[in-house]
Amino acid sequence: MTKEEADNGRDDMVIDVPGQANAVPDGFNANYLRIYYGKLFPHADMFKWMSYGNDGKHPGCDKSYFGRREFSFTLENDIYIRFQSFNSVTELENSIKEKCPFKIDIGPVYSVDPAKRHAYAQSGDNVFTPVERELVFDIDISDYDDVRYCCTGADVCLECWPLMTIAIKVIDTSLRDDFGFNHILWVYSGRRGVHCWVCDGKARRLTNEQRAAIADYFHVYKGNENSQKKISLPGLVLHPFLARSYTEVLKGFFEAKLLPNQNLLASEERYEKILEMIPDASVASELRRRWQENKRASMSKDDINIVRWEQLKSILQSGKQKMQGLRRCVEEIVFSYTYPRLDMEVSRHMNHLLKAPFCVHPKTGRVCVPIDPNNCDEFDPTTVPTLSQLLEELNRGGLRQDAENEWDRTSLGESVAFFRTSFVQPLLKSCKEGIENSYNAKLQQSKNDLSW
Amino acid sequence: MEVFQSHRKSSSNNVIVSILPFYRSAPPLEVRLEDFEFFAMDRLRVLKGISDGLCRGKKPEEMEKLVEDLWKANMRHPQAVEEVNKDIISHFVLRLVYCRTEELRKWFLSMETTLFRHRFRLESSEAQRALMSEFKLPYKAVSNAEFESVKDKLSQVARSMGQNLAAADAIFYKVPFEEVPDLVSGRRVFIHKGHAYVAMNQVVSLVVTQFRSYISKALILTNRKWTSTIREQEKDRLTPIVEALCTSYLGPDYSQPQEFGEISIKDIDQVAKTSFPLCMRHLFEKVKEDHHLKHGGRMQLGLFLKGVGLKLDDALAFWKAEFAPKVSAERFDKEYAYNIRHNYGREGKRTDYTPYSCQKIISVTPGIGDHHGCPYRHFSEENLRAALVRMGVSSRAVEDVMDKVHNRHYQLACTLTFEAVHGSSCDAGINHPNQYFIDSQRVLQSKNGSVA
Repeated sequence: MTKEEADNGRDDMVIDVPGQANAVPDGFNANYLRIYYGKLFPHADMFKWMSYGNDGKHPGCDKSYFGRREFSFTLENDIYIRFQSFNSVTELENSIKEKCPFKIDIGPVYSVDPAKRHAYAQSGDNVFTPVERELVFDIDISDYDDVRYCCTGADVCLECWPLMTIAIKVIDTSLRDDFGFNHILWVYSGRRGVHCWVCDGKARRLTNEQRAAIADYFHVYKGNENSQKKISLPGLVLHPFLARSYTEVLKGFFEAKLLPNQNLLASEERYEKILEMIPDASVASELRRRWQENKRASMSKDDINIVRWEQLKSILQSGKQKMQGLRRCVEEIVFSYTYPRLDMEVSRHMNHLLKAPFCVHPKTGRVCVPIDPNNCDEFDPTTVPTLSQLLEELNRGGLRQDAENEWDRTSLGESVAFFRTSFVQPLLKSCKEGIENSYNAKLQQSKNDLSW
Repeated sequence: MEVFQSHRKSSSNNVIVSILPFYRSAPPLEVRLEDFEFFAMDRLRVLKGISDGLCRGKKPEEMEKLVEDLWKANMRHPQAVEEVNKDIISHFVLRLVYCRTEELRKWFLSMETTLFRHRFRLESSEAQRALMSEFKLPYKAVSNAEFESVKDKLSQVARSMGQNLAAADAIFYKVPFEEVPDLVSGRRVFIHKGHAYVAMNQVVSLVVTQFRSYISKALILTNRKWTSTIREQEKDRLTPIVEALCTSYLGPDYSQPQEFGEISIKDIDQVAKTSFPLCMRHLFEKVKEDHHLKHGGRMQLGLFLKGVGLKLDDALAFWKAEFAPKVSAERFDKEYAYNIRHNYGREGKRTDYTPYSCQKIISVTPGIGDHHGCPYRHFSEENLRAALVRMGVSSRAVEDVMDKVHNRHYQLACTLTFEAVHGSSCDAGINHPNQYFIDSQRVLQSKNGSVA
């Protein structure tokens, strides 16, 4: 912590509610936010993250780095202000506390301080242009409305949330094993999805073309309500990435959880959707005939969905099937229902703004907390702390002289601690090593240049 | 002039020089003024041919044949040295022509890269290896030991593409994945911990990436030189030729609405039924139905309407009214109005955006919840047939249209639709939605004596 971060700006306001002394009614408003930003939002940790080690302590630090990052605020009344930039944690913190933004977005690091952008040309040498930006992903459960029957649109429950969990597993594994990235932050978006921030130096310096290539690598689910076939897996075998995703995550989840929980084969309306994906009409008809004759799960005590799925698999994978399109049909069905559906546009461009972690979602009041990818099965979106809940917890603790680390006495404490120890600290360690190494290399270089 | 030569022995044992230049520096040759123009026009025919091929969605093998034929037809010369000179000179002339705006640079870069890619593939593998070392790519071949350890995965990747890992392909290069974005994009390589294992036959990608990056930078430099010195110096000699070369091949951009200058809101519903091409009809119908459109659709339809002659105020009123059931007037003003004004060049960097051409629309892939893009390319057969019938296309004409679609001639399909709906021929073929609109209005006006 630098000297700049010492003064926390004590805010002694406590909410008085008639009746229960500590109770805080549900809601989302500027008053609640003011306290949240005053006592709970982890300004210093966010600053440390965004500085990527450029805190001025080492001579190799780039002191202008943090100041070249764009933030945008959405204020009350939907007023939206872009190109906000700050030169220190104090400036960042004071601006947030003063403006009380309903939403904070993080943009790229530009070539110059965004506040000075008008002095620079559109093209040529001295341009105002993004130079670094984390590789980001956005997955929204409303994009899965055609495969979940428990909720639609903005709603989410414990039956369908696991779709997000497996999306995290598939993408996280690939980012680490295939692409070699290490500093990855997954964040709950506050209502119905997740965001992913890949923060390695290599990731931040990717060009738009390289980002598009990675997004395309992950792009398997194609199409929308107008097109028929949304997943197409040609080829004799699957690419190792797809094969691993299938055997390690998707197959198990589909067969054990999604299939029975969403009753995907239990009724005609639902099983027709799956039969439609079988390119051989005679195979589809055969299954349809069997299932229509056998409306009640007769002899077997097993779930009807599982029984029917086994029948489908045994016909399609029997080896008697010679037709080209049938080879990967079973995998195609599983992929259509479970493979991650990413918003491609979010990942492709450096200048895309994305909501900051630890913001509060206006519609649900829930905090955008980090998700541990190694324990994502345990994450429950319905128990994420809400703004009013946190304020209530603060009230219960009473006033304290020491206004630091207030989050420790609330449910937010766990999230902030995780953010620090599992993400920020390892990241900063790696950044500082990088800064030192390149500084030393430069020194060596200039020594070499000077030598005769 | 730096040119790499690789020697190829013909059957009669004469050494034949085969050259693929990298266009590193302008040739210090004397060129006659007529040759300046004619060489450029011949090359432009090749590039335009490539552009058409890509638009029609030709597969790589088809493109390779196309490039070979185009080159033979326009650029061949019995004397190899003359052919090389023409190649280099024509390239540098076209650099002058196409360096002047962002959109021109993008087009030229794309076509020249495609041309280079296929010419490179047509070279023998020794020639390719030699060209690779010319580019000084520092990637080492994978050692035998490492190859053994990843052989299974490499084989899996090959088989996923319908190929086999032949003994000859035992030479693999290990490169950082950032260097081969198009291979990553198509999942055509095995990636592990940030490194891609590139087969010898994929090496093209490495070289092409280098080529592309070099030309991209060169174009920016050329533009600078052009605006600062050349254009003025050459205003009586080369400049008029350069400016004529550009406009003669890129058609009108429909940014300024022409004869049917204005369309007001009350006219839109009517002209949508009679004169909109299918892509815009679909978007229009969806706006009416859903009272919403995602960003891609808003851009495609919004810019089209601008080209049709819808004034900014009318555009704002139109979108506001259509969105009204889902978006309050206040929210509309805050969230959508800005972007519409931006499209008309009244905000931000004040670029007056041009309506999208067919080429651009065909090249996008709509995602979940999207309705933009080219319906001839993305709609399922069933949905497309239904849409054509709703437009009033006779069942026989529908068959002709579907035939074009199956052969991936999307613009020809749209042209046939136009002809079927209007009962008159369209010889020029459709390559821009606004052209469809204008031609349609022309036909209707000549029939009714008034604008429909």
